[in-house]
Amino acid sequence: MSSETAIPRSVAARIPLRAPRSLRERLVGVVLLVCAACSVITTLGIVLVLIVETTAFFREVSFRQFFGDIQWTPLFAKKHFGIWALVSGTVLTSAIAILTAVPLGLMAAAYLSEFANERIRRLLKPSMEILAGIPTVVYGYFALTFMTPLLQKFIPSLAGFNALSPGLVMGIMIFPTVASLSEDAMYAVPTSLREAAYALGATRLATTFRVVMPSAFSGIGASVILGVSRAIGETMIVAIAAGQQPRFTFDPRVPVETMTAYIVQVSLGDTPTGTLEYRTIFAVGMVLFVFTLALNVVAHRLRQGVLKDSVQ
Amino acid sequence: MDSNTPKKQGGSLGESQSNRGASWAEKTFLAICYAALGLPLLLLVVLIVDVVIDGWPRLNWAFLTNYPSRKPEMAGILPALVGSAYLMLLTAAIAIPLGVGAAIYLEEYTRPSRITSLIELNISNLAGVPSIIYGLLGLELFVRAMQWGRSVVAGAATLALLLLPAVIMTAREALRTVPHSLREACYALGADRWQTIWRVVLPMSLPGILTGVILSLARAIGETAPLVMIGALTYVAFLPNSLKSPFTALPIQIFNWVSRPQAGFHTNAAAGIIVLLALMLALNGAAIWLRVRLQRRMDW
Repeated sequence: MSSETAIPRSVAARIPLRAPRSLRERLVGVVLLVCAACSVITTLGIVLVLIVETTAFFREVSFRQFFGDIQWTPLFAKKHFGIWALVSGTVLTSAIAILTAVPLGLMAAAYLSEFANERIRRLLKPSMEILAGIPTVVYGYFALTFMTPLLQKFIPSLAGFNALSPGLVMGIMIFPTVASLSEDAMYAVPTSLREAAYALGATRLATTFRVVMPSAFSGIGASVILGVSRAIGETMIVAIAAGQQPRFTFDPRVPVETMTAYIVQVSLGDTPTGTLEYRTIFAVGMVLFVFTLALNVVAHRLRQGVLKDSVQ
Repeated sequence: MDSNTPKKQGGSLGESQSNRGASWAEKTFLAICYAALGLPLLLLVVLIVDVVIDGWPRLNWAFLTNYPSRKPEMAGILPALVGSAYLMLLTAAIAIPLGVGAAIYLEEYTRPSRITSLIELNISNLAGVPSIIYGLLGLELFVRAMQWGRSVVAGAATLALLLLPAVIMTAREALRTVPHSLREACYALGADRWQTIWRVVLPMSLPGILTGVILSLARAIGETAPLVMIGALTYVAFLPNSLKSPFTALPIQIFNWVSRPQAGFHTNAAAGIIVLLALMLALNGAAIWLRVRLQRRMDW
């Protein structure tokens, strides 16, 4: 996730870089540079593909139709292109996920960093990571065939496809991200601050909430933002369990469609390439990409701030 | 500092403090914490038990060796298994050279400059791009522009790009564990940079790199969204026989079965999930085994 900039460079890099002696050395250098450039080319490729197709899309559909409407029916005869219908589905499921993951994640992080002994910490942190490694299609199955029927026992008005069940399952999926990154941030708070709090007579609980958590605020913030970013980009859980009915609503009991689920829906059908319907997935993809990129950049900034603080 | 806190930072200043004279507020808080940690882990157990209960009766040899079928009780996952295997091998063949090459470039071959920090920033940003966006890239670049069609190689290339940030990061970490003294010794003997890397640094960091790559592959084997975008088929009655042949994969087959209304197909999906989770477990186990084994050989 992060690019550690403070790492000492290896010896090879410290040897004065004269022009390489042999042709082979130079050739190897070029080949390796090409490998490294591949990641940059990937980014450029993503941006280029999205821009080209989105531009073609907006030649036929105006910005007003896209941003000024709350109906999304590009696959029907009477076409509407109101992105807000998909955005509301994404926001709704992601909000449920975050409301699940953040309280659980912060409590888990506080416990692991401030109360648990080293052995428990070493045992529990990798166990949490298992949750992040389960394929999302498996979570989707779980949301659809287990969580939804379970919730329907308590909420009879819950539809078979809804935002609540995939939201909750998504929350479990991103819980390790939030817990692990916040725990890192809390663990990095200097012990001297805790000792000062104890010396003033603070209990461990007060120290955790009034000293450690505020000090680790930017790291905790970064973990939450990365969690939001993952929830927004998550595809299979919502494609399986949230339904395929784009609607502008914040009711968690009814079927909705997220941006990601729409992209999946179109690519499962046989929409011919080059048509307007086909281009909608790139326009939606562009919105998704901008959302997640912005969140990742903010999270990255916050984390860099943490690194600087902990050096001092 | 307390005696049981060997670490320099972090909490739990006094372990004794927590047990003796903890206030009711602290006890309540701890109870909430246990719940916060326990609930997700409990759900993990419930998920696995639920899948096994649903899918176990369906799991037999025929299920592994049959082709898909309209009748759920006749359907099998052979093309999906073979497709996933092809996909993983090809993905590894693309991602390993590119990822390790990039890592060597950043760690060994160049010193920090504006270009390297640009590449680093780029890699960390790529790691946060949703996998479905990679699918869109693969669809335009590999399926359409390069005209590879909805083929195994297009799927593998897309997955390889998706894995690249993770492979680069783990490979860099592995390269960093090689002691500097070894490189210096190598240079002192007159080796040039490539000889040093190829004969000393790479063999030394191999366990770390391999472990990282296998763990990334274990994740890639469950990736569904990019393959849906590429257009992996859901009904395949043949095995892929070339790079360009159409294919299906295990997660795609599971997704297809989950999306159907009939309960029989849900049972199949559960059985498919058991196979998928078993494969992931096996890959993770292989990574750990490899690390332990290769590390032992490296000891001196």
